[in-house]
Amino acid sequence: MLEALSLPFFQRVLLAGLLASVACGVIGTYVVAKRIASLSGGLSHAAFGGVGLGYLAGFPPIVGAAGFGLAAALIVGIAQRRFGSGLDTLISMVWAVGMALGIVFVALAPGYAPDLMSYLFGSLLFVPWEYVVAVAVLDAAILAAVLFFHRSFEAVCFDEEYAEVAGVRAEGLFLALLALAALAIVTLIRVVGVILAIALLTIPAAAARPWVETLRGMMGLAVAICAASMVGGLLLSYGLGESFEISIPPGPLVILLAAVLYLVSVGLRSVLERGARAAATAA
Amino acid sequence: MTAPAAELAGVSLSLRGNPVLEDVSLRIEAHDYLAVLGPNGGGKTSLLKILLGLLSPDRGSVRILGRPARRAHGQVGYVPQHVRFDLAFPIRVMDVVLMGRLGAARFGRIGAQDRAAAEAVLERVEIQGLAQRPIGALSGGQLQRVLIARALAQRPKLLLLDEPTASLDERIGRSVWELFEELSEEMAVVVVSHDVGAISRYVRSVACLNRRLHAHPSKELTPEILEATYGGPVDLLAHGHPHRVLEPHEDS
Repeated sequence: MLEALSLPFFQRVLLAGLLASVACGVIGTYVVAKRIASLSGGLSHAAFGGVGLGYLAGFPPIVGAAGFGLAAALIVGIAQRRFGSGLDTLISMVWAVGMALGIVFVALAPGYAPDLMSYLFGSLLFVPWEYVVAVAVLDAAILAAVLFFHRSFEAVCFDEEYAEVAGVRAEGLFLALLALAALAIVTLIRVVGVILAIALLTIPAAAARPWVETLRGMMGLAVAICAASMVGGLLLSYGLGESFEISIPPGPLVILLAAVLYLVSVGLRSVLERGARAAATAA
Repeated sequence: MTAPAAELAGVSLSLRGNPVLEDVSLRIEAHDYLAVLGPNGGGKTSLLKILLGLLSPDRGSVRILGRPARRAHGQVGYVPQHVRFDLAFPIRVMDVVLMGRLGAARFGRIGAQDRAAAEAVLERVEIQGLAQRPIGALSGGQLQRVLIARALAQRPKLLLLDEPTASLDERIGRSVWELFEELSEEMAVVVVSHDVGAISRYVRSVACLNRRLHAHPSKELTPEILEATYGGPVDLLAHGHPHRVLEPHEDS
């Protein structure tokens, strides 16, 4: 299995996965803290519409995904303030309409789209260098925004109403946060796919939560958990194909590994706490 | 002469077709210590949101610190109900208090003087020892004090508190009510609550809100005033002060 590390195509997908982990852990922490997971799920599925448009119009699908993701972030983010209780319905519409548009665009596009499945569930084989570079650039943009505005994002996640009253531009920052979530999703598209991207924005951060006391700590640990799931899932996808001729795209394996890490994290924490309580009672 | 902390004239508001506030006029001076009392559903939250510039009235004018309400953001300290907070949010007390400095900080950068200011307000509300605690480890009363400290870190000219009575049962140093009284020498303090007995002992003036607002220059409450506001008899036994009988409201 480890001989994969010397194969250029595997090096590329691994590097893309590790770089995407940075965006996921950092932005996923905000997504979990602000409880906008379903909103972010809507963004990732909307991004598929852009992938389809890319096929149809002949530009890189990843650019279309970024465009559709950002547009959906803007629409849902502005609607969040105006709709209130209707938001849930709107999110599911954006979610489904994005997917539907993607399928229609691909069907209309001339010829066959061999790597279409890779946009849905990720792939070991379809990660070019250009994509790795694009993920690195998106990472840099996301990290720069977070380094600069972390306290403001934190205030908006913790208590948006207060942030506004205290003189923070809460609505603009919330939209910026959704835009960053859309970009984080783009970093995941080739490796785990649009359908599963939301899982990596939520599971690693949720797994990190029991061990940290600050958002910064949660970000760091979430990046590590996400990276571990990536390495494990990619190696497993390669190994299953090589040794057993079982072909499973990496996306589902990465997500299942992340889910196992989540269960281990939460379970271990509760065992430790029970132990600490028992010790306290005994003493 | 300084502008009043807040000036509402003829403010009316309907939400989804239901009148919530009708012809509310209120003037809050720079050093008032006022309680706005009223039953749940009487429009307290809406009035609060109008004072905070988060809601605009259908009719009437609102001036906060001599400006339109939204332009006063940063100068108005807001203490929300502590029960609505998600205690699972991973954040320490110090970082919550520093949020009060964000409005004034350029691009959200926090500096040494902001930290000093945050430490000073933590000391003022007597929880300086809790600065590095995660909020999930606090009691309700302690969290309330954190939220007060956060608002004070803004150095506000108007302090608005939503239902702060919950911490009354806890004795952390002196009571928050005495603190508010002291603060009213530096800023206007407005407490919004449905809890009549606890508050009227401490504040300097009272306004009763049930869609319409009845302001009283002093804080003495009579059963008649409360009945007009709450629409039924209210038990005043907990109230230890003598009552002066005020004129009944014209429309009651």
